[in-house]
Amino acid sequence: MKITILDYGAGNVPSVERALQRLGVESQRTSSPESISRAEALLLPGVGHYAALVRALDEKHFRAPLLDAIGRGVPFLGICLGLQVLFNSSEEASELRGLSLLSGVVSALPPNVKLPHMGWNQIEKKRESSLLTGIDLGAYFYFAHSYAALDSGAAAATCSHGTEFAAVIEQRNVLAVQFHPEKSGDSGARVLQNFLRLAA
Amino acid sequence: MSLAHRIIPCLDTDGERVVKGVNFVGLRDAGDPVALASRYDTEGADELVVLDIAASRDRRPTFLETIRRVAAELAIPLTAGGGIRTLEDGRAVVRAGADKVTVNTAAVERPALISELSREFGAQAVVLAIDAKRVGDHWDVMVRGGRESASRDALEWARMGVAAGAGEILLTSVDRDGTQSGFDVTLTAAVSAAVSVPVIASGGAKSPGHFVEIFRDGAADAALAASIFHDEVQSIRALKQFLASSGIEVRLPC
Repeated sequence: MKITILDYGAGNVPSVERALQRLGVESQRTSSPESISRAEALLLPGVGHYAALVRALDEKHFRAPLLDAIGRGVPFLGICLGLQVLFNSSEEASELRGLSLLSGVVSALPPNVKLPHMGWNQIEKKRESSLLTGIDLGAYFYFAHSYAALDSGAAAATCSHGTEFAAVIEQRNVLAVQFHPEKSGDSGARVLQNFLRLAA
Repeated sequence: MSLAHRIIPCLDTDGERVVKGVNFVGLRDAGDPVALASRYDTEGADELVVLDIAASRDRRPTFLETIRRVAAELAIPLTAGGGIRTLEDGRAVVRAGADKVTVNTAAVERPALISELSREFGAQAVVLAIDAKRVGDHWDVMVRGGRESASRDALEWARMGVAAGAGEILLTSVDRDGTQSGFDVTLTAAVSAAVSVPVIASGGAKSPGHFVEIFRDGAADAALAASIFHDEVQSIRALKQFLASSGIEVRLPC
């Protein structure tokens, strides 16, 4: 199986590629709508500004084939902004429309803590999670963000920085993490491995 | 459950070789950044900083190659910098595999550099490095490798840099750097209170007690050191165990 990485121009694609390489998995980056339609498994990594990702989804005509592929049950993993874009919108650029695969709005983390939320934090499992299979309670993951999905009803696991937010989301074939598994050492590698197993 | 305090080893390179205080016993390629990076990753480093201290134009391609080689080894975040003067310089470093870019002298001369990088890569990818030196009752910003005063107040500059889009401050005490007499707790606490972003303390680390002090009293979010790790004066694993036993939240390596 091959993982198709959506390259929207500003994401941390090389980091994700290297992480997959270390796991011995073939990946292919794409910036064409056609290859999204043909993908066996999709990965959307994202860093930076929400607006850059959403604009790129539309300018590169990714939105329709992406929603279509997810609708057909193609396994999808979103990372960081790739999680945030699953919701209706984000306070970071409230005029732009997200993918609306999950209901709710992405909000700024509260200003009573240091922002960005940057560094290694632990997560709390809320329900059975395929992505977290085999991962110790108390494992740390690397986060680097200032916005998050605070209404964590959809979360399989949450994290807390000033307030609780969604750290892991699993809804059928739609999987997403707010942290960076490609930068989270062994525990991150395990999350990616779990996704690969699900996608296989 | 809370954010762990980070331990960050720093590799100063002349482009391709680590140049400061490297004195391994029984490790042949002691000055190889890739070998050091992978050792630190295994030992439980939370992040790695690679700085090109030569930062000359003709060494730049060599430095970018070093970033590529180091990034390929790491499963933790990588920050790179040294001599970043333009958005294009920052892009090259990110494309080579760095997750964050540090800016220093060029940002003092042209603060818009911070906003340009922040707009393109996000605030979380822009680290403002400030070299601060005590002068009377305040701290002066020093530039050009800590040699020249920019005649600017360090606290004020930290606030300005964050307003411009820096997502983190890498704060080096010029007074303590290289002395191994401990981090500058007063300076770090002052900067940490002045800004809303995480602060990485640097300069003067030797003993595990210094790290406890900078986290507990200096309000540092992360602490950076170079030679004590390269020279194996201090292992990251043992340091983190000490911090954990002192009640400091850290990510313990497996």
